[in-house]
Amino acid sequence: MSAAEALSQVPSDASAVARQELPPVRSRRLSTRFLRSEVKLIYGRRRNIAGMAVLAVVPIIIAFAVRYSGSGRGGGGGGGGGEGGFIGQATNNGLFVGLVALTVELPLFLPLAVAVVAGDAVAGEANVGTLRYLLARPVQRTRLLAVKYLGVLIATVTAVLLVAVVGVGFGLALFGAGPVTLLSGTQVSTAVGLFRLLLVCGYLVICLAAFGAVGLFVSTLTEQPIGATIAVVGLALLSQILDSVTQLSAIHPYLPTHYWLSFGDLLRDPISTDQIVPGIVSAVVYGAIFLAAAWARFGSKDITS
Amino acid sequence: MTSQAGTSVSAAPHAASPTIGDPATVGPAGLPLQSAAMAGSSGDGFAVTSDGLTKRFRGGQVAVDHIALAVPHGAVYGFLGPNGSGKTTTIRMLLGLVRPTAGTSTLLGGRIPEDSQRVLPRVGALVEGPAFHPYLSGRDNLRRLDAADRTADPATCTERISGALDRVGLGAAAGKRFRNYSLGMRQRLGIAAALLQPRQLLILDEPTNGLDPQGTREVRSLVTDLAASGVTVLLSTHLLSEVEQICTHVGVMHVGKLVAQSRLTDLRSQTAQRIRVQTVRPELAVASLTRLGLDDVVAAGARASADHGVAGGVEVTALLGGAKPEAVIAALVHDEVPVLAFGPVPVNLEDVFVTLTGEGFGVSG
Repeated sequence: MSAAEALSQVPSDASAVARQELPPVRSRRLSTRFLRSEVKLIYGRRRNIAGMAVLAVVPIIIAFAVRYSGSGRGGGGGGGGGEGGFIGQATNNGLFVGLVALTVELPLFLPLAVAVVAGDAVAGEANVGTLRYLLARPVQRTRLLAVKYLGVLIATVTAVLLVAVVGVGFGLALFGAGPVTLLSGTQVSTAVGLFRLLLVCGYLVICLAAFGAVGLFVSTLTEQPIGATIAVVGLALLSQILDSVTQLSAIHPYLPTHYWLSFGDLLRDPISTDQIVPGIVSAVVYGAIFLAAAWARFGSKDITS
Repeated sequence: MTSQAGTSVSAAPHAASPTIGDPATVGPAGLPLQSAAMAGSSGDGFAVTSDGLTKRFRGGQVAVDHIALAVPHGAVYGFLGPNGSGKTTTIRMLLGLVRPTAGTSTLLGGRIPEDSQRVLPRVGALVEGPAFHPYLSGRDNLRRLDAADRTADPATCTERISGALDRVGLGAAAGKRFRNYSLGMRQRLGIAAALLQPRQLLILDEPTNGLDPQGTREVRSLVTDLAASGVTVLLSTHLLSEVEQICTHVGVMHVGKLVAQSRLTDLRSQTAQRIRVQTVRPELAVASLTRLGLDDVVAAGARASADHGVAGGVEVTALLGGAKPEAVIAALVHDEVPVLAFGPVPVNLEDVFVTLTGEGFGVSG
């Protein structure tokens, strides 16, 4: 008697009935339900709320420091580039507080914010064990990665806009609006200045989104979300250090953070694209490579968490 | 002994044996597999099948070794084995979480992983304990799982979640954060997650783990109810009592191999029958039984006398083998053994298990 024979003699009426009762499985073609759940998960975490609070506090500190220290007053002759120029400008126009805050937060705080969310994306679910239950629901692995990356993108946009909006808000409140002197010396209206600031935000989102793709990839390698976050932040810092060593200028254009500070070119008249275009290309290439790597890695991974 | 059990052993790694559940090979043997309504695609008649399913991890360790599962529709299949015997890895392969090194498996007639998007919505699973986001409430955790399920109707989400929570007796604690749940509550939430949608198959890995006796009884009666409504249940457990109480079928895992698989009643009857003789002259009984050609004659000591109610004497047991009980009695009488009591040794599943695996319930290396 084979196993099949031994096992086949089961009263089957009950199961036949059950089968008839169940309607065929129908799945919705496109739904944002999972993505909305993901966004809720990201913003529902106290840790992430605290992180956003830190991002938002920096422009506030800058605004008050400039307003009440008296330094940089009367500046605006500058256009000297870098933060000094920006901070001097802040007293003339509140918009610059947003720019200064973005510049100050770009080396560490913004990448950290992205890395926390990206590092947690897959490794966090693996760490608490929810990954196996999501995949068994079933969620296709490609779909899971797509939703996770969209979550990272949304968090990136939020982080950048949060810094800019809080900065501009407090800047306008403390210094008021007025004509904006661009880095090239040209004066433009507040509206045009705001538009330029929006361009800067867009550029930074593209740069950080590529960085988020690196984070997502690292997140598929481990079950330790904190480890993934630290690794990715470390990578950003290392890239910036290498970028500052002049002897290594040959590799500078290939570093992931090399073009991040080029956003200043969007504040010239006319906009200089010498660095912006390669910056965008670099981001797209980095993003594509690491998303593909994440997909290849996660698609075939044994889920033993 | 193992060859006896081998009548239904299907762990042999020979691909030549017919694929279980494939009507083309099983059907011609003249077996009425299932009702006609179930004829059709491959794997029909069985809710779960696997053929030569093997997982070798990168270290070279073989966690699952050529197992051929066959879980008939409507069965409550006890997937029994000590910790580390490969049960969970098998379940992970069945759900498409772990890629088999070799072999294939089907769930509800669909191949895994190719058809998993089609069949998994009909499968509720509890894998290696419950796992939820600690800072979300029980209800929010279920909501998240439901949101991830493309086949779930958002319109009925709230009511399905409440239904599932009530079914496992968690309604009152639904708003509490998962981190504050006790182990038993976590286990219940895991089962609730498996019941969010109507299922045809439930794969439950150690569902009573961490539950108090009351909770254990509740889960067992829940499983029995579900089975009565036609749901097939694959229940992995290391508890023999659980299998004895609620399972219709059993598959025994041992160090990565499926050493036995059959209906529970069949497995019991396969165990080599032992007889016992209670006597004040055990040495005479041993000599008599040995002369009769019975194997494994053991004088057990005074322990057993209390078990069987007749005071005094020593219990001698032996494998009945091919001998007839009446012939044994005749021989004992002929040899003038003072017999106080004589009878079969009741079969319990633990003996069966020990027979099959050669050891008790430790942790498999």
